[in-house]
Amino acid sequence: MSGIVRYGSYVPFNRIQRSAIGGGRGERAAASYDEDSASMAVEASREALRELPQGAEVDTVAFASTSAPYTEKLNAATLQAATNLPKSVTALDLGGSTRSGLSALLAGIDMASAGRTVLVAASDVVVGAPSGPRESGGGDAAAAFVLGGNGTEPIARLIGRASCTEEVLDVWQSPGMPFAKQWEERFGASIFTPLLVDTFARALGDAEVAASDLSKVVLDGTNARVFRGFMRPAGLDPAQLADGMAGSVGRAGAAHAGLTLASALDGASAGDRIAVACVADGVDVAVFEVTDAIDDGRPKHSVASWIESKRDDLAYTTYLKWRDVLPFEPPRRPDPDRPAAPPMQRAERWKFGFVGSRCNRCGNTNLPPQRVCVVCQASDDSTMEPYADSECRISTYTLDRLAYSLQPPVIGAVVDFDKGGRMLCQLTDVDPDNVAIGDELEMTFRRLYTAGGVHNYFWKARPRR
Amino acid sequence: MASKGICDRVAIVGMGCTKFGEHWNRSASDLLVDAVQEAYGSAGIEPDNVDAYWLGTTGSGISGLTLSEPLKIQYKPVTRLENMCATGSEAIRNAAYAVASGAYDLVMAVGVEKLKDSGFSGLTGSAPPGDGTESGMTAPANFSLLAPAYAEKYGVDLETMRDVLTKIAYKNHYNGARNEKAQFQREVPVEKINSSPKIAGMLGIMDCSGVSDGSAAAVICRAEDAHKYNDNPIFIKALSFVAGPSEGAKRQDYDFTTFPEVVESARDAYVQAGIEDPREQISMAEVHDCFTPTELVLMEDLGFSPRGQAWKDTMDGRFDLDGDQPVNPDGGLKSFGHPIGASGLRMMYEMWLQLRGEAGERQIADPKVGLTHNLGGAPGRCVSFVSVVGL
Repeated sequence: MSGIVRYGSYVPFNRIQRSAIGGGRGERAAASYDEDSASMAVEASREALRELPQGAEVDTVAFASTSAPYTEKLNAATLQAATNLPKSVTALDLGGSTRSGLSALLAGIDMASAGRTVLVAASDVVVGAPSGPRESGGGDAAAAFVLGGNGTEPIARLIGRASCTEEVLDVWQSPGMPFAKQWEERFGASIFTPLLVDTFARALGDAEVAASDLSKVVLDGTNARVFRGFMRPAGLDPAQLADGMAGSVGRAGAAHAGLTLASALDGASAGDRIAVACVADGVDVAVFEVTDAIDDGRPKHSVASWIESKRDDLAYTTYLKWRDVLPFEPPRRPDPDRPAAPPMQRAERWKFGFVGSRCNRCGNTNLPPQRVCVVCQASDDSTMEPYADSECRISTYTLDRLAYSLQPPVIGAVVDFDKGGRMLCQLTDVDPDNVAIGDELEMTFRRLYTAGGVHNYFWKARPRR
Repeated sequence: MASKGICDRVAIVGMGCTKFGEHWNRSASDLLVDAVQEAYGSAGIEPDNVDAYWLGTTGSGISGLTLSEPLKIQYKPVTRLENMCATGSEAIRNAAYAVASGAYDLVMAVGVEKLKDSGFSGLTGSAPPGDGTESGMTAPANFSLLAPAYAEKYGVDLETMRDVLTKIAYKNHYNGARNEKAQFQREVPVEKINSSPKIAGMLGIMDCSGVSDGSAAAVICRAEDAHKYNDNPIFIKALSFVAGPSEGAKRQDYDFTTFPEVVESARDAYVQAGIEDPREQISMAEVHDCFTPTELVLMEDLGFSPRGQAWKDTMDGRFDLDGDQPVNPDGGLKSFGHPIGASGLRMMYEMWLQLRGEAGERQIADPKVGLTHNLGGAPGRCVSFVSVVGL
């Protein structure tokens, strides 16, 4: 039976305190100035793809988000390239609703049932109007799932599901609107609570389990008021509820149901049954049963470990600047050049996949790939060498206060890889006062800048999280 | 590498150099007219006498028209060239080889840069369309990598390192204060250098060369013709130029305490000029002090100081104007300013003045052999030029 073969999550390094926004408890996760929903989807996907079981070869990629970096240009293609998946994949972008993350997961399982192996990544950067509830209650994060069926043992099988779709004006954003709006929440609750009760019951019926059989229930949606009148009619006990991470991450849009499911899977044991519900423009409910394979299928980072690894003092003005909400004085430097399509195409394996070359003659590695080896000058005699998951350390570094950046200073480092090779690259997610030669780093996929509407993605190094 | 060189076969018989600085009321064309006409006058020649021109500029114009148009050069070869910050020196090298070949009898090497029209801080350049994977680091950031690496390798504590860098800036401003063509003609107190706003790593604004506008020009002919034009010509002993394979940015064994390109270009130049002991035989030098740690490392790469000793020689005053081996007597890039395409020619202009005893307050006693060193790029990825000139 089809289900989740592997999963991964990603919560960015920065947090902003709600007290700094103007009220509320706890903190929310904030994508850095060099992250967007596509780059975070890559980070979560790398977690899910790191150790696929034998026989699982991803042939479909789906990206779900309400904050896709491009409205036209396939964001799933960026995901494919950055994760070095084969070009023969089927790729699609989904969006339109924060429910699209869970819908994509269900659709992916359907595809898995038809014999496909599917990577679904849901990711969102949630930007609300300043001092509004979406700004403080939202969060930025990503979750990714590899879905499979025949031949690979899932870590969690889909045992039941139900959906409902409702044409209703709840949350909306049309082109040109800087922020989404939401209708009065009492109205939304009056529509959605009964729909959730019904859909949830149908899903449990499909799974042939009782509410009391569920070890965890993930409840996610645009409107928390929906759930107030749901627990009792559904026969659920508050102890069954999965932590929605409202105080540590915030609701991460289309990623949130998946992120919460990932967190539930982090703590799950074989035999556990987990229901996931997402309420936005209707309802999706999925019921999973965790299998014996769970212990072999956990990602390198749990959701909790991402949450724990943080810098939590992001200034509100900095946050607004990062989200392009607050105009600011640019550095007295030229704007960065728009990257050009043909050079990007030629350098695709390097730029997106972070693949270097290894000289077949002397074994030296060249970053970026070189036709002529920098050590032995052998020509056109090398093999592609993946570097994205290679560990590295700072050979030397500098703080560049003159270079263009949304977050000066640029920290430029000469980075030496443990398996050979050197490159000069930017550091990110690091305190400039707390960098030292010898620091251990790992690579992360980032959006360096946007120029002429073109997002310039490349890799940076960050302290190991 | 085995350059045969053109030792004593080519002479410089006239030079011109504008004041460097913020020339808000002067275009690149104006600066070229000023420098070239001064050089014509210096050599006592008319434009008609010049057979060909080499114009170095990194971004203030393209093609030979950049020079021929403002000066109304009458249908003659004008080559525009570029080799990063060593552009001006490349103009000299190519012009000198042209007369040495016999193809021309009298040529000019000209350099110009108009940096202050951009409205930006520091250098800007237009790279060809790219894939967007460059590090995006600025020149001061790249060169700032030298300081901590040097300090670490030779056990110099960072406080002492700061003093060494400050001494270099102080010295070059001291020299520039005695130069009416320098961009900055004032001595700068040590405290001001130490506390200047940070730009990159340990480098403050006062560790960086001046961003400026300027132009300089040289009239060049074969040695046997030199006295036709000038009673006091200077003679080229060596011209060396090296472009590195950019290893330092790619190989883990590069440690950011040297420029291999400089070491090689110096070795080659010394062979051409018959210099065996540069520390003793070179009377004075103009070197590429784009940032203070660059000058420190150059003292070792050029063989003026043993490895690990340049910081001591610097502090001991060896490279001061009245020291045993004055370096950047005209103020260097630091104080004279750095209009890219003109800088290599400006360095030669100081050799011209010093060797002919025309350097006024800055005059070094009886110099015999001078060296100019010009660098472009960044540590680990650069081009380097070395010339040796003398009487």
